[in-house]
Parts: sequence; C-alpha cells; structure tokens
Amino acid sequence: MYNETVMDHFEHPRNVGDMEDATVVADVGSPECGDRTKLYLKIEDNVIVDVSFKTLGCAAAIASSSKATEMIKGKTLEEAWALTNMDVVEALGGLPEPKIHCSVLAEGAIREAINTYRKDQGLVPWE
Amino acid sequence: MNQPHTTDVPTVYLDHSATTPTHPDVVAAMLPYFTEHFGNPSSLYRLSNTSREAVSTAREQVAAALGANAGEIFFTAGGTESDNWALKGVAWARRNEGRHIITSSVEHHAILHSCEYLETQGFSVTYLPVDRYGMVDPSDVEAAITPETALISVMLANNEVGTIQQIEEIGALAHDHGICLHTDAVQGIGHIPIDVDVMNIDLLSLSGHKFYGPKGTGALYIRDGTDIDTFIHGGAQEKGRRAGTENVPGIVGIGAAIERVTKDIPGHQKRVGALRDMLASGITERIPDSHYNGHPNKRLVNNAHFSFPGLDGEALLLMLNRRGICASIGSACSSGSDDMSHVLRAMGVPAAHGRSSLRLTLGDDNTKEDVEYVLDVLPQVVGRLRDMAIF
Repeated sequence: MYNETVMDHFEHPRNVGDMEDATVVADVGSPECGDRTKLYLKIEDNVIVDVSFKTLGCAAAIASSSKATEMIKGKTLEEAWALTNMDVVEALGGLPEPKIHCSVLAEGAIREAINTYRKDQGLVPWE
Repeated sequence: MNQPHTTDVPTVYLDHSATTPTHPDVVAAMLPYFTEHFGNPSSLYRLSNTSREAVSTAREQVAAALGANAGEIFFTAGGTESDNWALKGVAWARRNEGRHIITSSVEHHAILHSCEYLETQGFSVTYLPVDRYGMVDPSDVEAAITPETALISVMLANNEVGTIQQIEEIGALAHDHGICLHTDAVQGIGHIPIDVDVMNIDLLSLSGHKFYGPKGTGALYIRDGTDIDTFIHGGAQEKGRRAGTENVPGIVGIGAAIERVTKDIPGHQKRVGALRDMLASGITERIPDSHYNGHPNKRLVNNAHFSFPGLDGEALLLMLNRRGICASIGSACSSGSDDMSHVLRAMGVPAAHGRSSLRLTLGDDNTKEDVEYVLDVLPQVVGRLRDMAIF
C-alpha cells in the first residue's frame, strides 16, 4: 500500500512536536475525514528557520506533514507558499490514489500559517 | 499488509474474524479428493461413489453441528452466497404473500446490500436500530412486523464488535407471526452452541474459512418446508436447489472443520475467553482513555474491540503490522470521507472513537505469550500516535 519512504516518514516523522518559541501556529482540519494538523513556524527575515508539526491522521497524512516540514525548512515564505501537495506526494515517491487527499492538509497548514503571519505583520494575505 | 516485518519480531495473528488458517487435519481430509477421489459426484461409476459419499458425510457433519437434518443442508461457495440466497430466495418465493423484510442495521454487507437490491425490486426493508452495545431489541422486531413481512434476518453475532443477538427470542416472535427467521451465523460457528430447533431458526448461513475450513466453502441450512426459490440455476445438484458441480474437497473440508470446532465449545470458550479477558483487561488497565466496544458479556468469546480516541485506526494498524501484530480496524480514511463503519455508527459511537477503533479476534493457536506481547506493544504504539496527534 505505502512505499518505504512513506513508511519511514510515518514511523520516524521529522520535526514532530510542539514549538514553544514559534512565530506563528496554524491549526487546520479536514472536514471530509477528520484529519487535523497543527503547524508551527519560526520565521526570521522572511525565512522559515524552524518548523514542527503534530498530526491526527492516517499514515499518509503523517508522512505528508513530515515530508512537507522537511521541504520548507530554510525556505523563504514565497518558496514555501509555492509548495503544493503534489510536490509533497512526488517527494514521498507517491501515495495510493485514495490517499492523495491526505497530503492536502500539509499544504493547507503551510499556507494558513504564512497568511496568519502576514496578517500579524499587517500585510495582505496571499491568495 | 504490504510492508515486510523486520526479521526479529514475532507474528501474532489476531484477525480470526477475517479468516482462519485451514487446520492441518482439515487439509489432510481434503487432499485425497483433489487426486485419487476426483470423481464428479453426479457420475455413475465407482470413482464417483467415493465423492458422493464424502459429500453426504460432510452434509451430516454440518447438520449435526446445527441440530439439523442432513437433508436441510445445502452447500454453497461461502457465507456471502448463503446470505444472498436466503434473502433473495425467500423474498422471491413469498413475493405474492408479502414484500416486507426486517433486518438489523448492523448486518454484514452481504445482507445489507442484498436488502438494498431487493428494495430496487419492489420490496420494502426495515433496518432495526441497535443499542449502544450493538444489540437488537426483540420488541423492536415485533413492532416492525406487518402483514406484509415475509422474512426476518438478524445475525447471530456481529463480525465487528462481537455482540451476540437474542436469536431465540427473535425467532419465537417470528414464528408467532408465521414468518421465517434467517440468521447469518458466519461469525458464530465454533464459538456459540447452535441448535436450530431450540433457537427457532429457519435459515442459517455459514462460511468454512471462519472456522479453520477452506475459503470458498459455505452452507445454507433451510428448514424443511421453507419457501425459497433457487438462486443458482443449472444442473440437478443439491436436490436441484443449488446448481454446479460440487466442490468435493471444499465440502469435505467444511464438514471436517465444523465437526472439529463444535466438538468442545465449552472448552474453547473457557480457554479463548480467558485469553480475551486477559487481553481486554490488560488494554483497559494499560492504555488511558481506551473504550471497550460491544456488549460487556453477550459477545463472541474471542472478540476484543476497542477505540483509542486521539489517533487514527489505520495508522495504528500499520504500526502494529510493523511489529508483527495482525489486526483489523472498523473504519478507514480512504476516499476523503469519514468512513466510520455502519456498525459503530448504528451503535452511536462518536466519530473520534470510530476512527480510532481496533478489532482483535483470537483463535485456537493464540497463547498467553501472544497476549503479553500485544499488551507490551499496543500501549507503546498508542502512546506514540497520541503524542504525534494530541494538541
């Protein structure tokens, strides 16, 4: 069902946990299946210097969150905003078709966090 | 599951409600009928006599296990076919007397989907509610009966949470109104003593692979005098009621298997029940916020069904699989929708509990060491997933 990359990120998720000194926190849920992700970003000079997450969800949701945090760490907000769920799926080496939707949560959490940060800074949210 | 286990973990199979291994004695009984005794039972030479006699013996073995007569046992390809035949066969046979069927909301899909099909054919179906333990109230059955009711079908024991229904009482109500009772007993064989007369059962479905018999084998008990149409048309096998060359090795297997598992049901209940109770109490003690689903005591002796809110059932199953534990879940996030099982939904189980459910079903080969291993691993895995998820 899942490839070894997905299973590795599921069994040994990167950047999992709370972050006390986060710049911004986003809490995003999927009304369709009840999955939920909380994403913490530490931002300095428009760069994501640290990131962590917590996810209630299936293996695909956990692995997608883990991989996505790896992919945005050290990136600018513009680069992180550009990350799509399919980029994450590709980086994981693919997900079973019925599980593709589980990767959308990570993308949504990143964008929610970035726009929350922008609003906090008095900036116009991105669309 | 697809992922290989690491080499240093044991395999602990706790999914006996899904399927069981064919017992070596059953395999041994079957083997000659693949080779030297390969004759078609319908043929007239001596080679076929052996096959015919083997089918006859198996029919007697199944009948004896149910308190039935051999002539009331019809072999099928499994529980699903038996369920389909019972519902559609009775519905069509009695369509001029009445077009109403009563069933429960927690039946196997073989029943529910057959009922849904019959609804497209002009029949009406009442799906009875269950209480929080998954139990049908016989008074609800009685209240649902109309002059149009042709059949009542309520399962003997639930495949997911293990709740055992009050079949004897439901059957008595059915008979008081001149209605026949079908029960899907697929999960009950070998765990619950069955006597079709005592339990007021007119039709009963069973499946060989659930009790250490071969897959692709089943039977339908049909009480003499029950109105039922033929479902599989063709040759004259099974007294002309179920066509198709008999699966002789499979039939021999299901006969040997049912005789074996019904030989000492009280002994089985005592041994497996002790393991199940050790497992259930251990989980309750060691895992905070764990919820035991199903009836506290009127349940299959091998079934332990839990919810662990704060995690996802599929994730739990995958982690257990990597540690060699084979189990089952009642729901899966598979299509972008909340796929909580119809059984848990009918019981009123909250969504957070439904999505975090785990079914553990023990069998003959499980040991105290297996249970201890699960009680060691499961709390760790639940803890890990909750740590990842609790906000």
